[in-house]
Amino acid sequence: MRVEQIAVFLENKSGRLAEITMILADNDINIRALSVADTADFGILRLIVDKVEEAEQVLRDKGFTVGKTTVIAVEVPDRTGGLAAVLDCVQKIGLNVEYMYAFVNKTGENAVLIFRFDDMTRAIDSLQQEGFTILRASQIYNL
Amino acid sequence: MSTLYWEEEIETLPRVGLESIQLKRLQSLIARVYETVEPYRRKMDDAGILPEDIQELADLRKLPFTSKEDLRENYPFGMFTMDLEDIVRIHASSGTTGKPTVVGYTENDINTWANLMARALSCAGASKGDIIHNAYGYGLFTGGLGAHYGAEMLGATVIPVSGGNSKRQITIMKDFGSTVLMSTPSYALNLADAMEQMDIDPASLSLRVGIFGAEPWSENMREEVEKKLNIKATDIYGLSEVIGPGVAQECLESSGGMHIFEDHFLPEIIDPDTGENLPPGEQGELVFTTLTKEAFPVIRYRTKDITTLHYEICNCGRTLVRMDKVTGRSDDMMIIRGVNVFPSQIEHVLMGIEGVEPHYQIIVEREGTLDTMTVEVEVSDSLFTDEIRGLEQLTSRITRDIKDILGVTCRVKLVNPRAIQRSEGKAQRVIDKRKI
Repeated sequence: MRVEQIAVFLENKSGRLAEITMILADNDINIRALSVADTADFGILRLIVDKVEEAEQVLRDKGFTVGKTTVIAVEVPDRTGGLAAVLDCVQKIGLNVEYMYAFVNKTGENAVLIFRFDDMTRAIDSLQQEGFTILRASQIYNL
Repeated sequence: MSTLYWEEEIETLPRVGLESIQLKRLQSLIARVYETVEPYRRKMDDAGILPEDIQELADLRKLPFTSKEDLRENYPFGMFTMDLEDIVRIHASSGTTGKPTVVGYTENDINTWANLMARALSCAGASKGDIIHNAYGYGLFTGGLGAHYGAEMLGATVIPVSGGNSKRQITIMKDFGSTVLMSTPSYALNLADAMEQMDIDPASLSLRVGIFGAEPWSENMREEVEKKLNIKATDIYGLSEVIGPGVAQECLESSGGMHIFEDHFLPEIIDPDTGENLPPGEQGELVFTTLTKEAFPVIRYRTKDITTLHYEICNCGRTLVRMDKVTGRSDDMMIIRGVNVFPSQIEHVLMGIEGVEPHYQIIVEREGTLDTMTVEVEVSDSLFTDEIRGLEQLTSRITRDIKDILGVTCRVKLVNPRAIQRSEGKAQRVIDKRKI
């Protein structure tokens, strides 16, 4: 139920993001989803890719600081209120969202929400109990 | 305007007379220190020198040097000549690895110091009747209290305003009619900026002269201060290990450089690499022996400051040797906003944080009138977290630890691994972009 996400430290310097995406392209690694969190001084690039281990290795070889964390992917129908329903549930359960981002999958029918919670195990159990669809890692990597 | 002397006889004494006073004082100092300070005695014994071997001034060269490391090893009071009971004041300067350099004064030392500060003030044209605005920091730092006692001894009116709160300083200057400003040169520029913001014309104030020191500054900066504050800017030199401010002062009629108060502080210039004495007029590291201090004398103390001595008699009539503005350091010490900072201190802080790699670089810049320090730290895998908060906690922890140990606020910039250039041999830790 958990999806592996790689996080890359972004120094506040122009061209960093371009460099990273180029390295991944050169190694035939496909980005499924991404988000950038930034401050005035640095940023963190979070990526979900089809080949996690490889991406981690090639980026590290090129001198980037890379970390790996697990996130969960919740699938909701792509319509008004889809995200609100999940967040409402999250709040009722009393979970804390560390961060989240979202994308719409290819068919355009569903949206995928990527979450990092403070308590991942409880998050998975509770969301499933509430009837939400949590995608398996392989489903995300091969979207 | 006629030259103001505080102690005319000694300030204009022909060199022969001065040297005879110096020798007498040196001999008595060495005998006293040999008797009372174990680390000095041990060093002299190791070098096979006895106090009786000091027959002429040049014999000083037989004695071993004293360094900041010696003071640190004997922290806090190991280099004092007497018990604390007879010491009336302690000051301290920032030192490496969190241990400050501690200095002590007897009642006589405080009087000597005040007298020499009064001499420095006179040298800059101040006298009874002046209103002295003392914006040097009061506290463990010698600047504030050192200047304060001197101004009182001079008979002037002292405003012990200390540093900070520039707008209030200017209001005080205006309302109290300050005539003499004592501060770091960068703070003087800061005050000038504040004046501009408050729309106050410096010409409307009574300020006439400034006595600026405690950090390196250039001739360009002098011109800027003089223009912006509409005053004459003079240079003062001192360091706490020797006494504090009042070791040397530039006169108004200057032929260039600051007069060293040689009847109390015997200067030498050495080659910092070989330790050999250099002839007058050559640039090298300044070394001081304090001739009259009771509680905490130093023998051949290496200041690490690079300068040149000039023995020609000055336009002002003073025979006291003149030292040039300090042009650099023979070690890697930086002075940031008046605080001594060694890269090793920063390294020490960084190494105390788990996961921090020993690769860092310090960038010093001058933004407007203030020095800023940026510490670049490489983010290793073990430091990295995918949450902004985690990295922000790291940078604020480094900032806080550096502030705790050094007393200077810095900016921490996280950089990629290997972003900091690796060098063969000695790493270049400091990039000083200040145009001083």
